[in-house]
Amino acid sequence: MGRIKKYTRRAFVIGSAAVAGGVAFGVYQAKRSLPNPLSASAGETVLNPYVIIDQNGVTIIAPRAEMGQGIHSALAAMVAEELDVDWRDVTVLHGPPAQIYYNGALMQGHARYDDREGGFLGNLQASAMDVLPKTLGLQVTGGSTSSIDGFEKMRMAGAMAREMLKMAAVKQGGGPDIGQWRTENGFVISPDETKIVYADLAEIAATLTPPKSVPLKAEKDWKILSHDMPRPDMLAKSTGTAQYGADKRLKGMKFATVRMNPHLGGVMLSMNSDVAQKMAGVERIVDLETGFAVIASNTWLAMQAADAVEVVWGKADFPSTNAAINRKIEDSLENPANSTGREDGDLSKRYDGAISVAADYHVPFLAHTTMEPMNATALFTGETLEIWCGNQAPLALRDAAANAVGLDGEKVHVHVPFMGGGFGRRVEADAGVLAARIAKAMPNTPIKTMWRREEDIQHDFYRPAAAAQFHGIVHDGKAVLLDAKIAAPSVTRQSVKRFSGFETGGADSAHLEAAAEQPYAIENYRIRGYLTDLNIPVGYWRSVASSFNGFFHESFIDEMAHAAGADPLAFRRDLIAPNSQSAATVLDVVQEMSNWTGTTPKGIGRGVAFTWSFGTPVAQVIEVQQTDDGIKITKAWIACDVGTALDPRNIRAQMESGLIYGLSAAVHGEISFENGRVEQRNFPDYDALRMGTVPQTEVRILENNTHLGGVGEPGTPPSMPALANALFDLTGTRARTLPLAKSFDFISA
Amino acid sequence: MTKTLVVNNTSYQIDLPDDVPLLWVLRDEIGLTGTKFGCGVSACGACTVHINGASVRSCQVPLSDVDGPVTTIEGLGTPDNMAILQKAWVSHQVAQCGYCQSGQIMQAADLLAHNPNPTDQDIDDAMNGNLCRCGTYSRIRAAIKTAASEMNGG
Repeated sequence: MGRIKKYTRRAFVIGSAAVAGGVAFGVYQAKRSLPNPLSASAGETVLNPYVIIDQNGVTIIAPRAEMGQGIHSALAAMVAEELDVDWRDVTVLHGPPAQIYYNGALMQGHARYDDREGGFLGNLQASAMDVLPKTLGLQVTGGSTSSIDGFEKMRMAGAMAREMLKMAAVKQGGGPDIGQWRTENGFVISPDETKIVYADLAEIAATLTPPKSVPLKAEKDWKILSHDMPRPDMLAKSTGTAQYGADKRLKGMKFATVRMNPHLGGVMLSMNSDVAQKMAGVERIVDLETGFAVIASNTWLAMQAADAVEVVWGKADFPSTNAAINRKIEDSLENPANSTGREDGDLSKRYDGAISVAADYHVPFLAHTTMEPMNATALFTGETLEIWCGNQAPLALRDAAANAVGLDGEKVHVHVPFMGGGFGRRVEADAGVLAARIAKAMPNTPIKTMWRREEDIQHDFYRPAAAAQFHGIVHDGKAVLLDAKIAAPSVTRQSVKRFSGFETGGADSAHLEAAAEQPYAIENYRIRGYLTDLNIPVGYWRSVASSFNGFFHESFIDEMAHAAGADPLAFRRDLIAPNSQSAATVLDVVQEMSNWTGTTPKGIGRGVAFTWSFGTPVAQVIEVQQTDDGIKITKAWIACDVGTALDPRNIRAQMESGLIYGLSAAVHGEISFENGRVEQRNFPDYDALRMGTVPQTEVRILENNTHLGGVGEPGTPPSMPALANALFDLTGTRARTLPLAKSFDFISA
Repeated sequence: MTKTLVVNNTSYQIDLPDDVPLLWVLRDEIGLTGTKFGCGVSACGACTVHINGASVRSCQVPLSDVDGPVTTIEGLGTPDNMAILQKAWVSHQVAQCGYCQSGQIMQAADLLAHNPNPTDQDIDDAMNGNLCRCGTYSRIRAAIKTAASEMNGG
C-alpha cells in the first residue's frame, strides 16, 4: 500500500476503491475548468475521474451508478477509447461518494429542438429544476444525463493518462521526441517498435505533471466508442455472482424488515410487540416513530414477527379516497397558473369554418417497482456509520443518514453496489436512512434491512397523478391553435424540500417537460402548468413529467389529426418539419420501418406518437391486434436521434426498455388510495408486461442531431400515447384515462 | 431440529423452523445470494431454483417440503465454467439491471430440459411467470433459442 500512498499524493484518496499494488493517478491537476459546453459555474471546482493501472490491467472509476442502463460500460468505453487499451482488460468500479463526481449535465438541462446555439447552453433556464442537482449533492445518476456529462470528461481522462504514459516512456528510455511514440492495446510503442506495457510505466507516469491539453481522437478513428461493446457486468449478471445491495454479507450480520405507517406521513400511535418479541429468531424490535423494525436472525423470521406486531396508525394528511384526491388535482386547474411554458400567437383568434377539438385527460399515480425491493445494510459503531445501498444520489444519502444518526458527514461511508433497477426510485435516501437508524439500535452489529414487496409498493415516491384540459382548432387540415392546462402535484417542489429542507416557489418548468417545448409549428400555442398542493409523496419516475405530458400532448395531437381528416403521421410531420428537420426525420424513418400506410386491416390497429425529451427526439409506431383472447400488443417500431451513438446495442436496449416500462404503466399501472392508504400490495395487483405480452420491437438509431441526447428515458414518453392511438385505430374509442386495462380487454400473460 | 439440505452438491445442516421458505435458507443461512427475493408471493420468478431438477419458486417452498437436491444459479455454472444457457445469456448481452436474470435462467433451464426445441408460444408459456422490469424479454427469447440450438448440437 506504500506505493499507493506515495502516488496518490497529488491525486485523490480513493479509499477502499484503491487496488492493492496498483497505481492510481488523477488524470488532471486538482483544479481545472472544463471547456464549454459542459463547464460548471464560474469559480466552481471541477475534478475528475480516475484511471488505475496495475499488473492486471486497467481499472476505470465510473462516477455514475449502474442500475441496468449500461452506464458503467458507456463511461468506461469513453476512457478506454482514448487510453488505447483492450476492452477485455478493463475493469470498472463505481466511484465513491464525492463532490468531484458532480453531474454537470443535470444542472444544465438537455438540448431542445430550438437551441440554435447547438445544445446545452441554450437551455439554461432559471427554474426550480436548476436548484435540484445542487441540493442532491451533485453526484446524481438520473435525468438521462450521464453519458452527456461524461462524454468530455471521461475521454479527456483517458487521453490525459495516455499522454502521461507516453511521457513516462520517453523519460524512462530517453530517446526521441514524444511525437514519434504511439500507444496501442495497453502498450506504449517506441519509434523502433519496442513495446512497453502500461503497467510498467504507470508509476513514473503518476509522478509527472499532466500536460495542459491533449488532443481527442476524431470520431472516425474510434475503435470502441460507436461500436457494440460487451458489457463488463454481463458475466456476473449471468452467473448470479453480481453483488446487489440486497446481497451484502458481513460477519455477524443480522436481518431486519420494516413496517412503516401505510397512511403516508402519519405517525405510529401505539405498538404492542409482546407476541413478536418471543418469536423464533427475533433479536429486537425498534420503534421508528412512524413505524417499526424487527431485527432477527433471518429475514423471513423478521417478516413473520412484524406481522405479529399490533399497531395503531395515525392518519395521513391528504384526502382519504381516490375520488377526493383526483378532484383536488382537477380543481387545481381552476387556480391561477403556476407557469406558462409556452405562449405563441393569439389564443383568442377565430377561424371561419374551423373545427374545434377539446379533450380532458387523466393519469394515475405510479409506483416504480424495481425488481430489487428497497433495502440497505448498515453498520453503526457509535463513531462511524457504513452503509451499503444501491443509490442514485450517494452524497445526499450520506448526509441524510449522518443527520439521522447524529454523526458528521465525513464519519459516514456509503458504498454503492449494483442496483436491481432504479427508474428514479433510488434517488431517494429513505431506505438507507431507515437502515442507518435500525443499525444505531444495535451498535457494532451489521444489519441488513430488507423491505417486503408490499412495503416497497406502499411506500414509494410516486409518479404523480395528473389531469389535463386541451382545446384546439383545426383549420384547412392543419392545427392552428392548441391550448393546454396541465395539473399535478409538483415533483420538483417536493424533492427540493426533501433534500434541502427548503420550500421552493416560482415557476416549475420541469412540470411541463414534453408538453411546452415540443417542435410543433402551431401558430397559436399555449401550455400552462398548475400545481396541486397534496401531501402524497411524489418523486422521479422514469422520464418524470414527460411520462404524463407525452401522453396528454400526443393523444391530443392525434385527436386533432383525426378531426382534420389527416393521416396522423403525416399530420405530425408537416407540423414539425418547419421547426426541426431531425425530428421530422425520425417520423419519416419510423414510417419507413413500419411500412406505415395510414390504413390497417380489420382487427389490426396502429398508432404513432412523437416526443422530444431529454435531448432526444423519438417517434414510435405501435401495432395492436384483436385476438379471441383479447387485444395483443404485437409490434413496436422506434426511431430516435441521439446525435452520436456511443454504444448502439445499449441504446437499442434502452429504447426498448423505456418503451416496455411505459407500456407496462399504460396497460396496468395504477396506484390508488382508499381509507388514506395505497390499495395495491404486490405484483398481482400492480403487474407489468411479461414475455407473452410485450411487442416485437425494432429500433433504429439516427445521428443527425449535433448534440448528444439522453437514452435512458426518452423511450418512455411516446409509448403510452402510441398505444392509446393504436387502440383508437382498432376500436374507435379514445383512451383518455390510464391505465388502459380498465377500459380495454387485453390478453392476459 | 436440524435438517440436511443438499445444495449444488454440497450438504448443509440447517437449524431453522420448518416453515422458513427455501429462499431465505439459501440467502441468509447458506449465503447463496444469486437467488433473489422479488415479491414473496410467487408472482415474479426472481427466486426460481430447481428441486430434483424441476423449477420451483423458492419463496413458496418451506424447508420441510424440500425433498431432494437443490440447484441454484451458482450450481448451474460458474463464471469460469458457464452452462450453455449462461453463455447464450452473455453472448446476447441479455441483462440490464440483472436482478431477475438468475430466476430467468433457472426457469429457461427447466424449459430446455423438458423441451429441447421450444416454439415462441412454448417460451411465452414457460417464461410468463418471470417478471423483468428492464424489459429484456426479446434478448431472453433469443438466448433461449441460441442455447437450444447449441444443446442440440449447433
